[in-house]
Amino acid sequence: MRKEPVKVKENDPAARSSSFDEVALGYTEEEALQEASRCIQCKNPTCIGGCPVGINIKKFIFHITEKDYKTAYFTIRQKNDFPSICGRVCPAEYQCRRACVLSKKDLPYASKEAINIHFLERFTGDYGMNNKLEVPSQKQEKFSKAKIAVVGSGPAGICCAGELARQGAKVVVFEGLQKPGGVLRYGIPPFRLPRNILDYEIDYLKKMGVEFIPNFIIGKTKTLDELFKSGFNAIFLGLGAGIPSFLGIKGENLCNIYSANEFLTRINLMSAYKFPKAHTPVNIGKHILVVGGGNTAMDAARAALRLQKMQGITADTTIIYRRTEVEMPARRLEIEHAKEEGVKFRFLVQPVEFTGNEAGFVQKMKALECKLGEPDSSGRRRPIAIEGSEFEIDCDLAVIAVGLKANEILTKVTPTLKTDKYGDLTVNPETMETSIQGVFAGGDIVGGEGTVIEAMGMAKKASKAIADHILKL
Amino acid sequence: MKIIKKESLTQDSGVRVTKIEVSSPDIAAKAKAGQFVVLMVQEDGERVPLTIVDSDPKKGSVTLIFQEAGLTTKLLGRLSVGDFLYALVGPLGHATEIKNYGKVILVGGGVGIAEIYPVAKALKNAGNHITSILGARTKDLLILEGDLKKACDQVFVTTDDGSYGRKGFVTDVLKELLTESLQLKAYSLVYAVGPIPMMKRVAMVSKDFNVRAVVSLNAIMVDGTGMCGCCRVTVDGKTKFSCVDGPEFDAHSVDWDELTKRNRVYEEKEKHLCNLYKVS
Repeated sequence: MRKEPVKVKENDPAARSSSFDEVALGYTEEEALQEASRCIQCKNPTCIGGCPVGINIKKFIFHITEKDYKTAYFTIRQKNDFPSICGRVCPAEYQCRRACVLSKKDLPYASKEAINIHFLERFTGDYGMNNKLEVPSQKQEKFSKAKIAVVGSGPAGICCAGELARQGAKVVVFEGLQKPGGVLRYGIPPFRLPRNILDYEIDYLKKMGVEFIPNFIIGKTKTLDELFKSGFNAIFLGLGAGIPSFLGIKGENLCNIYSANEFLTRINLMSAYKFPKAHTPVNIGKHILVVGGGNTAMDAARAALRLQKMQGITADTTIIYRRTEVEMPARRLEIEHAKEEGVKFRFLVQPVEFTGNEAGFVQKMKALECKLGEPDSSGRRRPIAIEGSEFEIDCDLAVIAVGLKANEILTKVTPTLKTDKYGDLTVNPETMETSIQGVFAGGDIVGGEGTVIEAMGMAKKASKAIADHILKL
Repeated sequence: MKIIKKESLTQDSGVRVTKIEVSSPDIAAKAKAGQFVVLMVQEDGERVPLTIVDSDPKKGSVTLIFQEAGLTTKLLGRLSVGDFLYALVGPLGHATEIKNYGKVILVGGGVGIAEIYPVAKALKNAGNHITSILGARTKDLLILEGDLKKACDQVFVTTDDGSYGRKGFVTDVLKELLTESLQLKAYSLVYAVGPIPMMKRVAMVSKDFNVRAVVSLNAIMVDGTGMCGCCRVTVDGKTKFSCVDGPEFDAHSVDWDELTKRNRVYEEKEKHLCNLYKVS
């Protein structure tokens, strides 16, 4: 008989939803051993193919069962420099876990029988962090004179920086905001990714010799040409998906309607949840609606609910989604966590208009009921609004989490940098090189929004091409 | 990010306007009239946008002028020469379109006078004839009159209480100038920066005379690079982001009521902060 999956311990929903402390506590050694022992060590492991960076999952899990956590750690680090981050934020159920042979195949995501690879990765990553394990330097003389500029310090940028610094290149990372981390800092809340973990991983890169320059916007403060002129041999662009999309409906600019980016940036980067100790405010309502079905919507809703509770407001935060739960692109764990904490869900609802009061603050949302039609280009069933089904919901604060578009700050001033119709960078898929020689790219600025680990996968590919490029110079 | 010079421009009637020069060679090398920076005073502070009033690429410094309004500008006012800002990023936003328009009227209200100054200089250099109308509540609050007189061909001053220049509003003078030149179509552009009600009135007056008007908006921002959408403003029925699409827009197309309301969204929290930290 097959053993039951080991559930990860979590802070109690009632208590945790009044703070920004981490929700999932991670496996103890015993739990990790038990979960790892469920892995049947397939002859042809399919899970590895499900990982965008190709971590040797079978091998690292094997080393866990042997209690050789150090080798498990180095096994992951061969392919992924940030196991403690990815073990927390990877949508594993759509990637490695879905590919796990133990997973049932009738859902668009892994079933609970799949090995909890992400929790094992997190356990291993945290073991490495707590024991200060360091990957031996692989500095190579041939890279000692190479100087690489990385633009953006999100998942793609820090991954590329790590890969190249480890081989001995001088890497300088330029970040527009005041602190490095990109979406890991402004987008993902501390209850999912504690700041000490992020800081540790970034400090690790600093120890490897990576230099971080914050408050520096390539395209504004300096151009790509100027970077080359100042001595950089290659540039990696990990710009991210910068501009929030809105619904484009009437009343959307009323006060207290936020983009998820703004709402989360205020809370995560600017620490508005510590207001007034931190000076950046964020408003909170009695009836909060979050529009969208992705991880960002879950993060925004859970953050909103926490702020309601922390301010003594009866929790009333509702996710509004046009399709149903099964089509939601969010991680299943986030959906579960949101539900446990008290976030409400209203499915098959399409917002039509926001209405407000004299002072310009939102008061209600008008919406239509939907039904599901045929699958669209995304493979998900298309929501169809039902005529005459209009209704109103109380809403004194709304967060719009319906995706992002490419930020054009750099591309507008760099006409030779080719983009597609969405404004994303066009790259050679083999090398991730852009239309400008020596300029490479990865992450959300290539091909639109993806996951942290997908961005890292692209960055790794680019880092190999950058290394080749440098050797040719 | 070191403050290398500080000068108090006015501190009368409870209004404190301060000029600081901050060392920032990279920004100074790039800054153009009409652009802005986002700064932070301390790690747990707010990000606030300020117009770049002047830049000296040789010295590697930028000049900022601010009126103490919320907690951040009050804390900024307490910094001294030798202190460092926590963060300074820029130059952000589009630069003013500088070309020879012919005759241009610049309108500055309150601390907005500081923001028309770089535009006045740049337009003058491009061969324009510049008339400035400067408005202040009272004589003691008028800033940069001397600098603008040097940069412009003609300067008018109005004060609300008549303590200096003409009693009345900047738009009174604007209306007269535009009326006088009605037949000649002498002025081809009005450029205005100041409190929203002033810019709104400038928009109305210039529209009546069918003269193009450009305003630089002071929407609330967080990142200042298009990432958050906090600064969105409706222009000609479409949503624009002040930080990356602006900060300058066609005055006749701005939804002024929406902007007025959106700029008040944190009014109470700001008061609370100032009381709490006992800064006035």
